[in-house]
Amino acid sequence: MLVPNHSVRIRDLTLTYGAITVLRDLNLDIHDGEFLVLLGSSGCGKSTLLNCIAGLLEPTDGQIFIKGRNVTWLEPSERGIGMVFQSYALYPQMTVRGNLSFGLKNARMAQAEIEARVAKAARILQIEPLLDRKPAALSGGQRQRVAIGRALVRDVDVFLFDEPLSNLDAKLRADLRVEIKRLHQDLDNTMIYVTHDQVEAMTLADRIAIMRSGKVMQLGTPDEIYNRPQSKYVADFIGSPSMNFLDGHYERGTFRAEGFQIDMAGYQLGAPQVADRPAILGIRPEHVATGALVNAAPIKGEVTVDLVEPMGADTLVWAQVAGKPFRIRMDGQARVVRGDRLTIGIDPSKASMFDAKTEERL
Amino acid sequence: MADPASLNTLAALDPVHERTGSVGDMTGPRGRRPRRAFSRANIFLYGTLILVSVYYLLPLWVMVMTSLKGMPEIRMGNIFAPPMEVTFQPWVKAWAEACTGLNCEGLSRGFWNSVRILVPSVIVSIAVASVSGYALARWRFKGSETFFAILLIGAFIPYQVMLYPIVILLRELGLYGSLWGLVLVHTIFGMPINVLLFRNYFAAMPEELFKAARVDGAGFWRIFLQIMLPMSLPIFVVSMIIQVTGIWNDFLFGVVYTRPENYPMTVQLNNIVNSVQGVKEYNVNMAATLLTGLVPLIVYFASGKLFVRGIAAGAVKG
Repeated sequence: MLVPNHSVRIRDLTLTYGAITVLRDLNLDIHDGEFLVLLGSSGCGKSTLLNCIAGLLEPTDGQIFIKGRNVTWLEPSERGIGMVFQSYALYPQMTVRGNLSFGLKNARMAQAEIEARVAKAARILQIEPLLDRKPAALSGGQRQRVAIGRALVRDVDVFLFDEPLSNLDAKLRADLRVEIKRLHQDLDNTMIYVTHDQVEAMTLADRIAIMRSGKVMQLGTPDEIYNRPQSKYVADFIGSPSMNFLDGHYERGTFRAEGFQIDMAGYQLGAPQVADRPAILGIRPEHVATGALVNAAPIKGEVTVDLVEPMGADTLVWAQVAGKPFRIRMDGQARVVRGDRLTIGIDPSKASMFDAKTEERL
Repeated sequence: MADPASLNTLAALDPVHERTGSVGDMTGPRGRRPRRAFSRANIFLYGTLILVSVYYLLPLWVMVMTSLKGMPEIRMGNIFAPPMEVTFQPWVKAWAEACTGLNCEGLSRGFWNSVRILVPSVIVSIAVASVSGYALARWRFKGSETFFAILLIGAFIPYQVMLYPIVILLRELGLYGSLWGLVLVHTIFGMPINVLLFRNYFAAMPEELFKAARVDGAGFWRIFLQIMLPMSLPIFVVSMIIQVTGIWNDFLFGVVYTRPENYPMTVQLNNIVNSVQGVKEYNVNMAATLLTGLVPLIVYFASGKLFVRGIAAGAVKG
């Protein structure tokens, strides 16, 4: 029944606290060597799911398999996992060496083997000069490296990361993000990574699972999630600045809204036949063509600039379409001011259309 | 800069001046505001502090002075005056010769009894309370909150209500009258407050630390001994101070649950001070009282700083 190339399988996982259901009937298959990111806003159950996989929380119902082994009733240390926490969770009274070897000592490993493993992990993470220091004498980035090392020495199949970069400043976060990606490329372990940061999710993940109130809304590659969001929620959640949504009606191949209509000829519908219905059209700010690119776009229009937010590399322009704010991402070198008339172009093949009622992709 | 003409030009350039119409004065206050040492607030503050200190220190002064005087000098009545002739005889008598009505061995016997009660009581009660607090904070079990609530209610029941039932309990256990019976009583009555202290302290420790240790394969005892204990010196000191002073100062349990040969120092002190035979030796009584109070006093002085730190840690995060 179990396919060997599945590293972690989660079956019908449910977790309730009294009347509150945190996870409900959750199913998830994670491939061997995959980097899976659990992404969602706070309270969506992503950390709870990770804690269940680690064995730190007991599920109300369901099963968890790691490497084809049912680990549902096993202790965290018996599951073949290593975990990295947001607050680093280093043992303050032990040196870095003590922190790295604590788990191995608990497993009654031979001293020589412990030393070899600690040395190897320290070399990979470049923390060799820090081995005899206490955590208090380390910087945030160094602490998180030691925390990763603590998972590394255990030589496990699955790495679990619980928002490991959230306590670091922006620059360190970007640096360590690259290091984690490189580590994954070198080690080829399965990694499950919880975050609320979509940049981390997009850059690190082989696949992203977007979670909301204890359920996986969409599971797919970053490309699928970004270009073909299966629901309005996912479309809105991913992308910064977020997607523009226009309310209207879908009628025989055309999207009609107040004051304009768009021929949806280039749009790939999810089903061969889509009945006429109220719909929402989603267009990413970066998919709105301006300047010379307008000519290539099938649909053209004109808007008045309301507000300009220059961000250096690009400039975010706010305008009004059908009485609602509409964001356009322009090149950073574009010179626009409030009140300018702007010709924009839209390509329906890059847009997303959702059912107005179910909010699911059409 | 000091040239008034140039100051005027600066004032004219000052944008604040343009906006508010006020003259941009560059010579005004600068840096820290000076404070007067003899302000009305300071006089009031220090005056009150000195007054209150005198109020609390005066009885101590009288006791120390009286304990260093001979009886003839005490009869002269100047209780605030320092001794004209310093004598340590009352201290020696209080420690080794004072009579309690049963024997004339002074406080020394009571002191050693108290030590023999104190040491095991403090060790056992802190050991049990710290492990209980740790379990209640980190290893929640079904009904653990209820259990904790019941334990806390225990702190509000007056001791007198429980005196007699405990006499029966100790009799049935065969511990009535023995030192170990009293140790057991002290351990039990120390539970509510100490478990509360330890539970709050451990609950305030980062939960992820505990989780990390579990992933590292540490169990109940290993996490407690190797992770939690080294981080919790302040709360152990707080608990120790509470227990040492509480148990040392106890009179009620000591007089109810032990036999005369095991009476703690407080009971002995009472028997010396309240013995009706002969003259009232105020100097001996004062010396005996001071001797009895010495142990908690030393504990406070030695660990005051840690005490405050531990209490604050528990209070803020708990």
